[in-house]
Amino acid sequence: MDWQSILSLSVQQAFGPTAVIYCLAAIGLNVHFGYTGLLNFGQAGFMAVAGYSVASIVSTWNMSFWLGILVGLLLTVVLALILGVPTLRLRADYLAIVTIAAAEIIRQTVGSVTLVDYFGGQDGLTGFIDSFRNLNPYSGSVGIPGVTAWSSYDFWVMTVGWVMVALSCVVVWLLMRSPWGRVLKSIREDEDAVRSLGKNVYSYKMQSLVIGGLFGALAGFATALRSAAIGPSFFATDITFFAYTVLLIGGAARVLGPVVGSVIFWFLLSFLGLFFDQATRGSDPLIPDWIMSPTEASLIRFIFLGLGLMLLMIFRPQGIFGDRRELALDAR
Amino acid sequence: MHAFPKRVAAFVALVSTAWVMLGGAAVATTSPPAQEGAAECALPQGSDDDTISILGRICDRRDTPQSPVEGVGITVEDSGGAAIGEATSGADGTFEVKLPGTAVENLGKTYVVKVDEDSLPDGTSLDDLERDIAINLDNDVSITFPIGEAPGSDTGTAVQGLQLLIGGIVFSVLLAMAALGLSMIFGTTGLTNFAHGELITFGAIIAYAVDQLPGAIRIGGLNLTVVIALFVAFLVSGAFGWVNDQALWRPLRRRGTGVIAMMIVSIGLSIFLRNLYQFFSGASSHNYSQYSAVQPWEIGPILITPKEVIVTVVGVVVLVAVTLLLQYTRLGKATRAVADNPALASSTGINVERVINLVWIGGAALAGLSGALLGVTQGFDYQIGFKILLLVFAAVVLGGLGTIWGAIVGAFIVGIFIEVSTLLVPPELKFVGALVVLIIVLLIRPQGLLGKAQRVG
Repeated sequence: MDWQSILSLSVQQAFGPTAVIYCLAAIGLNVHFGYTGLLNFGQAGFMAVAGYSVASIVSTWNMSFWLGILVGLLLTVVLALILGVPTLRLRADYLAIVTIAAAEIIRQTVGSVTLVDYFGGQDGLTGFIDSFRNLNPYSGSVGIPGVTAWSSYDFWVMTVGWVMVALSCVVVWLLMRSPWGRVLKSIREDEDAVRSLGKNVYSYKMQSLVIGGLFGALAGFATALRSAAIGPSFFATDITFFAYTVLLIGGAARVLGPVVGSVIFWFLLSFLGLFFDQATRGSDPLIPDWIMSPTEASLIRFIFLGLGLMLLMIFRPQGIFGDRRELALDAR
Repeated sequence: MHAFPKRVAAFVALVSTAWVMLGGAAVATTSPPAQEGAAECALPQGSDDDTISILGRICDRRDTPQSPVEGVGITVEDSGGAAIGEATSGADGTFEVKLPGTAVENLGKTYVVKVDEDSLPDGTSLDDLERDIAINLDNDVSITFPIGEAPGSDTGTAVQGLQLLIGGIVFSVLLAMAALGLSMIFGTTGLTNFAHGELITFGAIIAYAVDQLPGAIRIGGLNLTVVIALFVAFLVSGAFGWVNDQALWRPLRRRGTGVIAMMIVSIGLSIFLRNLYQFFSGASSHNYSQYSAVQPWEIGPILITPKEVIVTVVGVVVLVAVTLLLQYTRLGKATRAVADNPALASSTGINVERVINLVWIGGAALAGLSGALLGVTQGFDYQIGFKILLLVFAAVVLGGLGTIWGAIVGAFIVGIFIEVSTLLVPPELKFVGALVVLIIVLLIRPQGLLGKAQRVG
């Protein structure tokens, strides 16, 4: 058992590009779910729209990377409007089902053979990151000596990513302490009361859906940049569920909840993965082969994840930083 | 009118799957989620050493079950265009081309896999005859070769529509059972259960476990192994529903946990169970010992397999029985009363907790049976329930969340729409079509087809 490498790799994951992605996605969900009480289960769809916009604008249509970012943001707003119009007047669970369905529609459409010329089918798209990579100021591997290190490109993605996270947190903090943010929170607490005060609840919910979706778009860009490739499997339904777990670990309706949640989530997930991997490998594994093989061991972390999400929601729905009174959510 | 069938054939037709499998240290950790369609044409196993090869299997997906295609020539070239090796698919459709060097040495290289068009069966041709494969250590790489226009499939649109309609009805019956369970649970408890897909998978796994017991179960000379397995799956799933309710949901209701919190708990349960299933049953898909390959009956121009008939008959009988129970028995009336208004039902002396518990048993038993029957028709893997969960949701929402008749009506609309729509849209997008319809219906009639209109905002 090589504890040092397990810890080192776990720290690498905890602050790595993947943690950035989930952090941004969870910030979006925080606006939706934490502050407004909207159950968006289709954050993966927002991410897919943004990620595929960049990838296809550059690789398929040979246009500028920055135009791709712009188109991605615009399309995300359009998606939020399309989803919001039919569902925001309905009960919370309708939005959940429609958003999860929309995310799957987007994923299956971009992965289809019919549109393979534009989106690359199941194989996805590659070769769209040149203008981003050329800005990379780092070379060699960068990291904390003696603890862990990242490749120069990963570290460049992380730098940009964590700066985006910091900016997003400032934006969320400013928004939520404004009168506008207080209306959102009161919609979460009692929609009818807000309506009786003459506020247009529908419009506020729509604005929240758009803004949270834009944070999801940032996560989508980060997904495309992290792997320098994009494919339909990057945006599976489980991505949204993991982002919810991230949000709930840190604490919903807290500005820094998603950041803390993401770091902890990825540390634990990698730690469990690496631990069980090492425990089942080698000639004399710690856990004998008849109990579990290395392939089976890779599933243990997800079993723990599911169990963890259940226990978290039952016993500590406010997560680490949250306020329990703020999460007394119920269907309306 | 003959344009449509040709276009359909273009996508359903022959699809061969070539996988790059890596030996030694490079074992895939998680299988890619997009394996739909590979159900009856499983891949060959990779060797467990440090060598690397391109493995694959050529299957004709026009047949149900998919049949292997023998004698198709495959050539592998490196990125420079030099030939690395060639192979011909054997009687089981598999082929293997060894790559030079170890797995690690090949990391990051790209190979081109070409299919020899002349060696394909008559009347078929591929859209793409070559695809690039990039080697990586994380995943097996799966490549599909969709086929081009298949000449000779000039059956009329009407016949094809009828054939698809039958397929749609078979699927609808299964969907209706699962949807009824979900809708009953929602109606009585308000819980949108995201772990319902795992109840479906549970049934399929239990039936498989019984099926795999040594020996066959014979009654009066008839081999009834799978029939008994279905019955056991129905009962054990019901018990599983009871456990679900007693161990998790009932304590949560007692604590006064909100509906949204319970919804998120059900997501956790879904992730937990799905990975547990994969832990025990593996990522590959399984078939039952009986009914996996049978000759279809020809009724006029329509083809129907005996297993489809059996599945439909069993499904319809169960559905009718359940709806009659709900409509006429005291318990059924009590269930509907609880679904309508739990507080009022309670005040008239109905034991609400007992009704909810029974609904969980019934709902899980229905879901499990539908999963087991689904396994009979197309085989199953650990995420079969999760894959159709959205369609179950679509059916329930379309009919009206919480209404019993709505779930059945919705399931038939969704199930038939999915199959028949393939006349117009590529089959790979048929689920997309159903989900788009769901969103459109919500725009026009938010409460669903049979739901009660209520002001919600």
